[in-house]
Formats: sequence, structure tokens, C-alpha cells
Amino acid sequence: MELKKQVDVCVVGAGHAGCEAALACARLGLKTVIFTVSVDSIALMPCNPNVGGSSKGHLVRELDALGGEMGKNIDKTFIQSKMLNVSKGPAVHSLRAQADKAEYSRAMRKVLENQENLLIKQAEVCELLWEETEDHKKKITGLKTFTGAIYECKAVVLCTGTYLRARCLCGESITYTGPNGLQAANHLTDSLKAMGIEMRRFKTGTPARMDKRSLDFSKMEEQLGDERIVPFSFSTDPDSIQKEQASCWLTYTNENTHEIIRNNLDRSPIYAGIIEGTGPRYCPSIEDKVVKFAEKERHQVFIEPEGLHTNEMYVGGMSSSLPEDVQLAMYRTVPGLEHCEIVRNAYAIEYDCINAKQLNPSLEFKNISGLFSGGQFNGSSGYEEAASQGLIAGINASMSVLHRDPLILDRSESYIGVLIDDLVTKDNREPYRMMTSRAEYRLLLRQDNADLRLRKKGYEIGLISQQEYDALVEKEELIDREIQRLKNTSVGANKEIQHFLEESGSSILKTAATLAELICRPELGYAALAPIDKERHPLPSSVVEQVEIEIKYEGYIIRQKRQVEQYRKMEKKMIPVTLDYDEVPSLRLEARQKLKEFCPVSVGQASRISGVSPADISVLLVYLEHYKATK
Amino acid sequence: MENFEKETIAAIATALSDSGIGIVRISGENAIYIVDSIFRSTSGKKILTKVQSHTIHYGYIVDKDENIIDEVMTSVMKAPKSYTMEDTVEINCHGGVLVMQKVLETVLQAGARLAEPGEFTKRAFLNGRIDLSRAEAVIDVIHSQNEYALSSSVSQLKGRLSDKIRSLREDILYQIAFIESALDDPEHISLEGYPEQLAEKVTGFEKEIQKLLATADNGRLMKEGISTVIVGKPNAGKSSLLNMLLGEDRAIVTEIAGTTRDALHETINLHGISLNMIDTAGIHETQDVVEKIGVERAKKYAVEADLILYVVDASETLDEDDQNIIPLLEGKKAIILLNKSDLENKITEESLKETLEKVLEHTGEIQILRTSTIDPSSENSGMEELEETIRNMFFEGKLRHNNELVVTNLRHKEALQDALNSLQLVERSIEDGMPEDFYSIDLTSAYASLGKIIGEEVDEDVVNEIFSKFCMGK
Repeated sequence: MELKKQVDVCVVGAGHAGCEAALACARLGLKTVIFTVSVDSIALMPCNPNVGGSSKGHLVRELDALGGEMGKNIDKTFIQSKMLNVSKGPAVHSLRAQADKAEYSRAMRKVLENQENLLIKQAEVCELLWEETEDHKKKITGLKTFTGAIYECKAVVLCTGTYLRARCLCGESITYTGPNGLQAANHLTDSLKAMGIEMRRFKTGTPARMDKRSLDFSKMEEQLGDERIVPFSFSTDPDSIQKEQASCWLTYTNENTHEIIRNNLDRSPIYAGIIEGTGPRYCPSIEDKVVKFAEKERHQVFIEPEGLHTNEMYVGGMSSSLPEDVQLAMYRTVPGLEHCEIVRNAYAIEYDCINAKQLNPSLEFKNISGLFSGGQFNGSSGYEEAASQGLIAGINASMSVLHRDPLILDRSESYIGVLIDDLVTKDNREPYRMMTSRAEYRLLLRQDNADLRLRKKGYEIGLISQQEYDALVEKEELIDREIQRLKNTSVGANKEIQHFLEESGSSILKTAATLAELICRPELGYAALAPIDKERHPLPSSVVEQVEIEIKYEGYIIRQKRQVEQYRKMEKKMIPVTLDYDEVPSLRLEARQKLKEFCPVSVGQASRISGVSPADISVLLVYLEHYKATK
Repeated sequence: MENFEKETIAAIATALSDSGIGIVRISGENAIYIVDSIFRSTSGKKILTKVQSHTIHYGYIVDKDENIIDEVMTSVMKAPKSYTMEDTVEINCHGGVLVMQKVLETVLQAGARLAEPGEFTKRAFLNGRIDLSRAEAVIDVIHSQNEYALSSSVSQLKGRLSDKIRSLREDILYQIAFIESALDDPEHISLEGYPEQLAEKVTGFEKEIQKLLATADNGRLMKEGISTVIVGKPNAGKSSLLNMLLGEDRAIVTEIAGTTRDALHETINLHGISLNMIDTAGIHETQDVVEKIGVERAKKYAVEADLILYVVDASETLDEDDQNIIPLLEGKKAIILLNKSDLENKITEESLKETLEKVLEHTGEIQILRTSTIDPSSENSGMEELEETIRNMFFEGKLRHNNELVVTNLRHKEALQDALNSLQLVERSIEDGMPEDFYSIDLTSAYASLGKIIGEEVDEDVVNEIFSKFCMGK
């Protein structure tokens, strides 16, 4: 007699996506089980030892604003922190922290283990259970593990990462395992295919880890963290996380390195054609870099600690699938690595995933109600991308169980919205990584205002506490009030002001000006105006930051807001699921095919599908009016 | 993203023909307000936003410098009692095709957007004006017109113009990708010293676009050929010269000085060499507003021309007006025609050369011929010598042959203007010391605007360019 259990939601996989999904469901009061092939690998970081970075830092902030865990967890376990791009505009400032990998994993596991309503289960899920509904659609009813246990549930969230039918390649040697030699999940794919899900194969890779004692840091440049550490989470008190930080190190490849690589390309599984999966262009292996950018004399190599209690060092910038002997020879040409000893070899990994066009923007499968998915399974790459989708998939699985409306973020309110819209709307041919250039309205989507953009939604969903929400409302009021005050306070062209301006290297006034106008001057700013701003009250630095950005970049911000208005109009024009594109006259053939394939939810989404022209959109708009009036 | 509802749209509502009369239609929330801003009633007091619906008003359309463009009748129809069920204004123009296009351009500058093909009808439908049974017909209209617009613009763009736009876009895309890759991977790619480089590049892009825009002036097609401009003071015989070359009475020739008030464009074929002829208004001091515009434009054409034909009335001595014209020849290829050689001559080649040397720092390739434009059939007309001279200059490689099929379509012009505006914003951001990520916002707009001309979108271009041109980290 097999084991049978009844729960609300099952989450398959306990990586960064799975953890967020499971926590969201459990926190919303649903009985949740999270499955993993190894409890010791919960929230594992199998590649780079950091969280955040350009645009990924934005994702973590947004996640936090909605009630996710990643921000809080990295605040507990980071060993170095840096705000990137500070010399550039506020929209592209981005936080990145080096993590103590083991600590990160342990801390997240602790959160999961102590979460009410959540049960952790070590088991390989090998089959999904479903039934056919009256309208011939599929509906999830549960899942089955390898040992035959059955879990009946109302929703399943798939977060299988790189484990499905995984194989690792290191030169000529191939092992059928997941990352870090962990057990692969070889059975679920068949069940998914049987349900009509189309699978595909992607590839990614990771560089070698080295023994710290074998490296000569005197030949490298030291990379320090920021003096004042900024937390990821809006709920973390900045003062509570100031601490001594670990260093990273920078060195470079050279012509000798490149020569060794070129001479051994025939032994690289990618160049020898053994790897069938599609790899990401944004983190090319060192082989790729040397071949594609032959003119570059050197490439940067970042040596980063994997944690405080290990000697392993991550070799950023040199991922590779060359054989072991070639790896060692190539690494040893790099200054500081002459005597390096490799602890873990670099390898490439291939895994099964889906083309996310099979999903709705809620991350539920279009044809299978109750089945959600997030993370690398959806064809993305990166811990932050995974966690963001995991959270949304978890929230929406809960919403479906609770019969509430799904949370769908759009491109104008979040990077998470951009990420998901891109995944479900575009033909992605490689693991998808977030980039700031993918966000059209990035001046509005700053990491500093993620709370102002999204906390309210998190509160409405039920993942943000009353206390956190009250703090947000107060912050909003303070910002508004201060901006109004600065706009309404004039200073005259009097002696004191002119003297102040001259001293500050700014031009003197011809007529009176408001304090807001003065803040707009490049050489001045909020802090600089303190001597002439007599009525100023002390405000939290997070409030001052918003006030200054809103005033200084007002012109640009207004322009983007106008673009957003235009954009939203098209997003609001929903396309009924019952619409038959074959009935729409005059659509071009290509557009008709693409629209049928993607089944966009709105005219806005339709317009972003490649192959759908503005003329097709016009046709569609007119037809929709007709449709609404007649059906 | 286009907005199909609220924006005010405008287009020429009647077929373009030489009848000289046509309607520019404006529809949308701000239609009346927009037209009011460029309409002046004869009394100067009438305000269109205050008039009753379904009334007609007589007056002028003026440009931003208050120069009169055309004398018009303007009908105001308030929502919902109009074809589109939106506020609608129709401007009845009288000044012919060129003026009508100019009126439309003025409307667009005042804040309207050029209507898509079939858009008035579409709005009429969406606003419930047209019966639903006609929905499919409307779709067909939109569709066929889009196809038509696409195919006609594609065929128009086979030549160098599309190459030019493509190469401009490529250059802009490279800059965007460079900035973006540095933002995404600041540890690998640095932007130090980049703003200065970009400023220089952007100025270059702007110049290219301005050149294209200049060819679109007046929405007038400039065809393949050597850009040739006829200048001279009033009544020196410029128009007669053009007519003789053309063999038809195209330019109005009278004995009243100042007859050609603007400029006439013609293409003539001279034994296989195409000349793009522009006959300009006589250059002289004038108080007449319209004529003044003509004179200014003539000067502008002269600056841009590949070849200047300067017609001098040899029966009179050089006067102040000629003194104003001669500097235009600075460094130019020019042929000076001592016209009216049949009358008693007061100017000789020698005296003319002396004057030229005195005024010009650098005389380009200047030749002097004697002509008489009274009777083209006369052996003394000098026409054969003129043709011979132009031919020789061309075959000796002294004249640049303009192969660019130039911007003709108002839609293209609008897109170019948008691109130019965006680039100017980039320039300003650089001057203001804004951070680098702001540049790529407007560069991307410029890239998108140029894409509209050749029917290409932005899509994944930037991301693809980043990966193909810049080595990203990890």
C-alpha cells in the first residue's frame, strides 16, 4: 500500500526558485510540501558566489518588496558588498554582494525548516497526476515520487533548475549528474512530455574552484567592498549589517593562456560538437571569449572566496569545458595562479527545460490548470531570475488555490515584469539573463524605489506585514511633503544666497528661484543646499534619496511616465481566450501563426511578438471591437 | 507604441492633385486647440476654441514665426457630431500641393501626429460611428493601405537612402550597445572619456540626418542628378533660361521684377546627365514677406548646390544686388551667364573677373559665358555653349553626381525629425553632464525612429549587438 497524502501545493525543487515559491505558499496559509533530491542542497549556489549585480540587484530588491526571502537571506550571509555603477545614473545603480555559500544555504534551510505550513521532503518527483476537465483541459491533481508516494494537491510549482536529465561535461568525460555531482532527476521529463509539454535542452557552465593556499595574491589587484554597506532588504536595518568584509582579487589572462586554449579547441566538447544544448552568450566560456574576441589581448579574471570557512576560491571569467589537463595548464599561465591547485574542475552542464511561451504571464501553463513553473526550468539563468519567478509562481499557485486574481506585474512597474513578459512572449534561444537594457522604462524601475513600486502589492497579496506597510506609507508621505516644500520655497537673489552660490561654484541668481530649481543644478544637490534651506527638518536618508532623484531627473521621469501611459493602454486591451485567429480577416499569415502559437493575453503583449506588425495590431484592434459587440 | 485613441491625428484628406485645392483634416482631443494655435483670422480676434460647432472661418495659417503659409477656410466640428465622432477641424487650402503639405507640416509641428492609413475611418468605427457590419470592410481598408504604404515605401527605398539609414542605425546601435554593455558589466567595460567621443559622433549623426531632411524641404522630391541652382537678381533672365533648357513655359516669365517668388524645381536631361534644376527667386532687398522667404531660400539652395548658374544682366552695371550674390559663389562650381548679350553690354568678362577676384577669397571652378534668352532658336543664344560647358565639367569629374534618392514622404520626414530631436536630447544630456545611462535612452529613441523609415523595429537588436560586439563577463 503506497503512502498517500493531501496538501494544497507541491513545489518541486528547492533551489532559489523553489524556496521562494514554497515560502510564499506556506506564508499565505497553504499546506505546502517542497521536494528536493537532497536536503543538503537547499538554496545551493552551484556557480558564482554572489547575489545581485547589474539589473539582478534590481530583481532582488523587487523580490524583497513583494515579500520574498532572498534579500533578507543575503543580508544575513554576505561577506562583501558593493554598489555597482555609482558613477552613473540612479537607474543603473545596482547592489551586489559576495555570499558565504554554505552560510547562505544553511540560513535559507533554517527559514524553510521553521516555516509554519511547510514540509521539506527529500524525494525525486517522477510523475505529475492530472485529470481532464469538462472543457477538455488538463487539471493538476497531485504528483508521485520515485518511491511511489502520492501527494494529492491543488497546484504544483515546478522549479527543477538544472536537474532534469542533467549531464555534466568536462572535456571527454561525461557524468550523468546534476550540479556539483548531485543526483540528476531523470524521470519527470517523460511525464511532462506525456502531458503535452514541449521540452528543450539548454546548457550552461561554471569555472573551476581553486585552493586558496596555492594562489599568489601579491600578483593580483585587491578588490574591496564598499565602506558603507547598503542592505538588499528594505526591512534590514543598515546599521545592523556593517561589518568587516572579505576581499576579491583581479588578475588577467594573457597570450600564453589563449594559445593553450586555441591549441586544444578540438578537445572542447562544445567545439567538438558533443554538446547539443544552447549556451548563454552573456557568460561565455573562456574558449568562446578567445575564439570570438580574438583581438582582445587579455581577459579579466576575478578570484572570489566561496565562503569564510573554506579555502575554495571561485575563478570568475574562466568557465570552461576543456579537459582537466588543459584546464590546469591554462589556469597556470595566469599571474598569481602559476602554482594553482584545482579543487573542483570547471564543467558544462546540460539539462531539460521548457520554452516559456507555453506559460501565461502568471507562470501557469496555458493548457494545464494548477501547474506553475519558475526558474531555469523556464529557460532563464541566474539565482535572482530564478528566485523572482519562483516567488511569482508561488504567489499565483496560491492565488489559484485561494480563488483570487493572479499577480501579474507589467513591464512598466518592475524588472520582474520585464523578465516574465520576455520569457513568455519572446522566442528565447538561450538561457535568459536579466539586463538593464531589456527594461524600457528603467528610469522608473530603480533599485532604490522598488519598495515604493511594489510593497503595496506585496501587502495586498499578504506577504508584507502591517508594520512594513505602515513604514512604507510614512515614507511616501515624507517624500511627497518634502518635494512640495522644496518646490514651494523660493529664495531671493539676495546677498547671502549669491554668496553661497558663488562659494559653491554655481552661477548667481538673476531672479528668485525655488530650492527645487537649485537642486536641479548639476553642481548642487539636496545636501549642498543645507546652509540656505532654513526650514529643513532632518529626514531619513532613504527619503532624501528619493526627493533628490525625483527633483533632479524630473524632466526625464515625466517623459518616461508619458511613455508608460501609452504602453498601459495597449496592455489593458485584453484578448479573450476564446478568440479564434483564423476568424480574424486580413491578418498576415506569419502574424496569424505567431498569435496562435503564443496566445497573447493582451494587445500589448501581441504587439511584442516578433512577426506581428503594427498593421496586424490595427486589424486585431478593430476585430476585437467587433468581437466584443457580437459575442 | 502607438496610441490609437487619444492622440490628435492629421492628414491631407483629399487626393493630391494639381487642382490646387485640398483639405487637411485634423481629428482628436486637441484638434481645435492645435489649429487655433496656427490659425489667424483676418480680424486677428477670432479664437477657434470659442467658436460654435459646425461653423466656417476665414483666415490664414501661419508658421511659428507668424509667416503666412496659406489663405484658408477652416471648418470646426465638435465631438460627437463629426465623421470620427471626435473634435475635428478641416482646413481648406488654396495654395496647391506644396502649400497643402506645408500646412500639414505646420499642423504636425503644432502637436498632431500624422494619421496612419485608414485611421480616420478606424476611429469612426471604434467610436461607434460606422455600423458594425462594416467592420470587416474597415479592416480590409486598413490592411490594404498598410500593405500599399509598405510596398511603396519599400520600392522608394531600395536605393541609397535606405543604405544610408541602415548605416546610420548601425552606428547608433553600436553606441547604445557599448553604453549598455558597460552598464551591465561595469567591471569589464569602462566608459571613461566616452561622453566626449559620443558627443562628436552624435554631431556627425545629426549632420547626416539634417542633410537628408534638407532634401525633403517642402516635401518636394529631389530626384537623382546634379543639384543645380539658378541665381541672379530679379529680371536678369533666370526663368527664361530654365524655360529654354526645359523647352516649356514652366516658370512664369513677366517683365515685372520678382515674379518667381519662391523656387521652381525641374529635372532636365542633358545628353544623359541629369540636372536637378532649381530656379530661385531673384535675390534683392525686398519688403514683401513672401518674396523675402523666397530670397532666403534661394541663398540656402545656393549654399547646398553642386553647381550654380549665375545669370547676370549684362545690359546693366553690377549693382548692390549683384554684390549680395557674388559671395554665394565662394568656393563653388559656377557658370556665370552674361545674359542679354543681344543688348548693349555694360559688363565685360574682364571687369567681371576683376570683381570676382576682389570679392572672393577662393574662386572655385568658375566659367563665364555669353547668352541671350530672348530667342532660343537664335544661334547667339549661347545655349549650346552652356550645355557643352556643363557636360565638360561633369565628364572632367568636377561635378558631384547626387545618387541619393531622397526623402519624399512626409512620414519619413517626421521620423527623421524625431530622430534628430532625440539626438539633440543626447547632446544636451552630455552637455549637462548627465550620467551615461541617460544617453542610451534617447539614442534608442533615435534608433527606433529611423527604423520606422525602413520598417524595422528595435526588438532584440541591442541585446544581440552587445553580445556580438562586446565581451561580457563571468
